[in-house]
Amino acid sequence: MVVAAGLYFVIRHHGAPGGVSSSEHSLAPNFSLLDITGQRVELSSYRGKVVLLDFWATWCDPCRDEIPHFIELQDKYREPGLQVIGVSMDDGPEPVREFSRRFKMNYPVVLGNANTGELYGGVLGLPMAFLIGRDGRIRARHIGATDSAVFEQEIVNLLRSKTDSSSPESQP
Amino acid sequence: MNLPPRSGQMILMLATVTIALASAVFAYQASLIPASRLINPDELVKLLQSSKSEKPLMIQVGSHVLYTQAHIPGSEYVGPASSEVGLQSLRQRVQSLPRNKFIVLYCGCCPWGHCPNVKPADDALHAMGFTNAKVLYMADNFGANWVDKGYPVAKGE
Repeated sequence: MVVAAGLYFVIRHHGAPGGVSSSEHSLAPNFSLLDITGQRVELSSYRGKVVLLDFWATWCDPCRDEIPHFIELQDKYREPGLQVIGVSMDDGPEPVREFSRRFKMNYPVVLGNANTGELYGGVLGLPMAFLIGRDGRIRARHIGATDSAVFEQEIVNLLRSKTDSSSPESQP
Repeated sequence: MNLPPRSGQMILMLATVTIALASAVFAYQASLIPASRLINPDELVKLLQSSKSEKPLMIQVGSHVLYTQAHIPGSEYVGPASSEVGLQSLRQRVQSLPRNKFIVLYCGCCPWGHCPNVKPADDALHAMGFTNAKVLYMADNFGANWVDKGYPVAKGE
């Protein structure tokens, strides 16, 4: 009882390491946010695709360094079903629009907020990226700059597992 | 060594460009903040928990989205010090304070060497003559070096 109460306190106030709702294999929390062009983006509508969800900001050096790699990955693996989605944690949309134009970003970038961060267990450091399988479950989480070869290998593995979306536990 | 006049000019120009680029690159590097102006998270927590220690004015100089998710209780948000607006806001906040006021600046947006905010904030306070301003050293980010350690956290505006 005491242990359970203590655990509740820790989770309630600090979040579990890795996040309460963002642990690997848990269903990726859904969100519905406007992108920088004003279009609504709903994560659940990408079910059936492999999603690379990238929390980033224009003022974050390592985040900026990763963007060209994500653009390449999106180009290379669009056909077999990869969808990169950027979640900007900037305080306003203007620098994000400018950055997206300059870097010719070829995937949607939504404007995140504190709630989005909390949905994913607290995005309290950037960059942070989640790989989501075709079944909508989180398959990997990367905190800090990550080698693009690591992302690519994980993406290829997830794209191969086409049965994810039909597994019984992934059904709504 | 005798160089033709044009070569000399070229070298000077290259050197100037190199220095200018290097200055631009290093201007925001937190790693250049002297160790004497840093404070570690565990030291700050001890200070905050001690009934005898002088409590610092704590100022978050990073992103508002990150501050809203989690910040040190009692700390204030002034805006990202990598922007002129944020820097101005920081200067205004501390303008009337005695120059020996104990201040702790922090951000934790990114790995230490990549944080664009703490170095300009520290420079600004130093230029204003503050002698007891420290910067909270967070090697990875606020999540890993503060929240995950179980240190006190507040949420919201």
